[in-house]
Amino acid sequence: MDVNTKKLKKNAFRVTKERGLTASRVRVPGGNLDARYLSLLQEIAEKYGNGTVHITNRQGFEIPGIPFEQMPRVNEMLQPVIEGLNINQEEPGKGYPASGTRNITACIGNRVCPFACYDTTAFAKRIEKAVFPNDLHFKIALTGCPNDCAKVRMHDFGIIGMTEPHLDPQRCVNCQACVKACRQKSVQALETVNYRPQRNTEKCIGCGECVINCPTRAWTRSDKKYYRLTLFGRSGKKNPRLGEDFIKWADEDSIVKIILNTYDYVKKYINLQAPGGKEHIGYIVDRTGFEEYKKWALKDVTLPEIAEVSTPMYWKGIKY
Amino acid sequence: MGYQLNVQGFNALLSELSQEYLIYAPKCYPGGNTFSDTDCIRYGEIRRAEEIVFDRKSDYSFKEVLFPVSETLFYFTEEHVKEGDCPRKKGAVIFLRSCDLHGVKNLDEMFGGNGPSDYYYQRLRENVKFVLMGCSAAFENCFCVDMGSNVSEDYDFSVDKKDDFYYLDCKDKEIGEIISGLPHGEMEVCPEHVTQTKVQVRIPENLDASVAKSTMWDEYDNRCIACGRCNFVCPTCTCFTMQDLFYTDNGKAGERRRVWASCMVDGYTDVAGGGSYRKKNGERMRFKVLHKVLDYKQRNGHHMCVGCGRCDDICPEYISFSNCINKLEKAMEEVSGNE
Repeated sequence: MDVNTKKLKKNAFRVTKERGLTASRVRVPGGNLDARYLSLLQEIAEKYGNGTVHITNRQGFEIPGIPFEQMPRVNEMLQPVIEGLNINQEEPGKGYPASGTRNITACIGNRVCPFACYDTTAFAKRIEKAVFPNDLHFKIALTGCPNDCAKVRMHDFGIIGMTEPHLDPQRCVNCQACVKACRQKSVQALETVNYRPQRNTEKCIGCGECVINCPTRAWTRSDKKYYRLTLFGRSGKKNPRLGEDFIKWADEDSIVKIILNTYDYVKKYINLQAPGGKEHIGYIVDRTGFEEYKKWALKDVTLPEIAEVSTPMYWKGIKY
Repeated sequence: MGYQLNVQGFNALLSELSQEYLIYAPKCYPGGNTFSDTDCIRYGEIRRAEEIVFDRKSDYSFKEVLFPVSETLFYFTEEHVKEGDCPRKKGAVIFLRSCDLHGVKNLDEMFGGNGPSDYYYQRLRENVKFVLMGCSAAFENCFCVDMGSNVSEDYDFSVDKKDDFYYLDCKDKEIGEIISGLPHGEMEVCPEHVTQTKVQVRIPENLDASVAKSTMWDEYDNRCIACGRCNFVCPTCTCFTMQDLFYTDNGKAGERRRVWASCMVDGYTDVAGGGSYRKKNGERMRFKVLHKVLDYKQRNGHHMCVGCGRCDDICPEYISFSNCINKLEKAMEEVSGNE
């Protein structure tokens, strides 16, 4: 059997422990898809795979037990899924054009969740459009609010939804709902001064608990949606660590630009001698120093006026 | 007198009215509700017909126009007191539905007929014109028919919007004259009203205060979160509390405000000496429900609740006020059996 493993990996298949068998990896940006595609995946699994589907850690699907020679057929059957999920593709019918940049994951977001500060699915799809296909190993995750159910700090780019709460003091009845919620569920950014809540803007993390708990619409959300961007969290062997805050109160456009800028930075600094020519971004930044990364990341980025950029940045984590 | 106006004509009427009045109507506040990307329909000043939301029930009632959420009654220094200016410099035109128009009657009774007349209410109540918005169908949770508030005659003019036309029945002479001066059609107009609602309530004839002893209230101890939303959206809740505050950079001057209070929210029954009545949320629910459908009627001859159903619409715990009313009959059986 003669199979080019480099090519099949780039085509979103995998070399498995069972000789001659591969697995197909299906991207689902934002983890959201029309239910009708599930029956197509079922068909592929039953026809070419071993009849099972694995729900991946990154919210995609992996269809295992596929003989290598069936990859072209699987790619053909995947075409409606790839088109339906609006995945950038180079050649129709030939499957996914890359696998390096991983599926963009997201929590369910404000289409369903009352805590979410934005439509995580829509933003995930926007990022997918901007970054895919790409062979570089980037992990991007989005979560609707600072509860971080999506655990975005485990990713290279973590995007956490924020809202800037506005108080209309004339609608406040001093019921204390916001103050209690902020104290018990969030960061104690509110205190009562002369019967009205006063927000400590330095402490506030934009979770929106005050808005959610306000019974009179004294607290409302900002028209603009804001985000906290965390950088270079990772799992892995050498130094697993949580992502650290880079920008508080960032906007959508800036985040997309920063991610795209990071591709340029990685292309420039990646160690081509690394095994397989692959190196995770975080380790590259460890090598070049954060300030060099920051220069690249913020190139041509115009942040909102209220944005706060952390510098310098340090990461902790376990070092083996 | 009945009229038909197109949107230009109706806007011309609003523009004419705005010389003398501020115009308040349910309007959409985009993104202004609790959850992200959700709109809030509540009262605000409008200038154009297109701003008026006809096809949805407002989340909050008209009440805040006549009884502000927060109002400074007076400012004080060491020796002097200055009355707070009236929040409104002109008269007001208020667009509202039949249930809410019945609510106005209750506000008038509470602030006007319940002891000395309330000065601050009266100064906002003066020079107000009411515009009845017809209801072609009941909204979710409405139960106006059973509360007898589905029809109202106490309007200055009514408006029903059908397709691109506005149909008015005008009782106010001054406004009638304005309309006569605009391009209009004349016809018989009777404001639409509903005669049936999906949600129905039955208040038992024999309801009395003994129902307080029923176990029916217990479930609300845990279900209710005491947020007070049901009170704040209610067109007939009139409770308020006082805030005396001293300006932080000069502790000798300050102001007295009155703000809405809620019988569901912590602190409402706090008294001097550290006492607090109705600690349990079920007790608070009982107090509210019986005020709305029992003891208000004993004093005023009709129920306080007007059946707008906003309390049901907004409750984050899906507690239904109307469903609670419908439990009263069984509860009466329970307590009479106990005696």
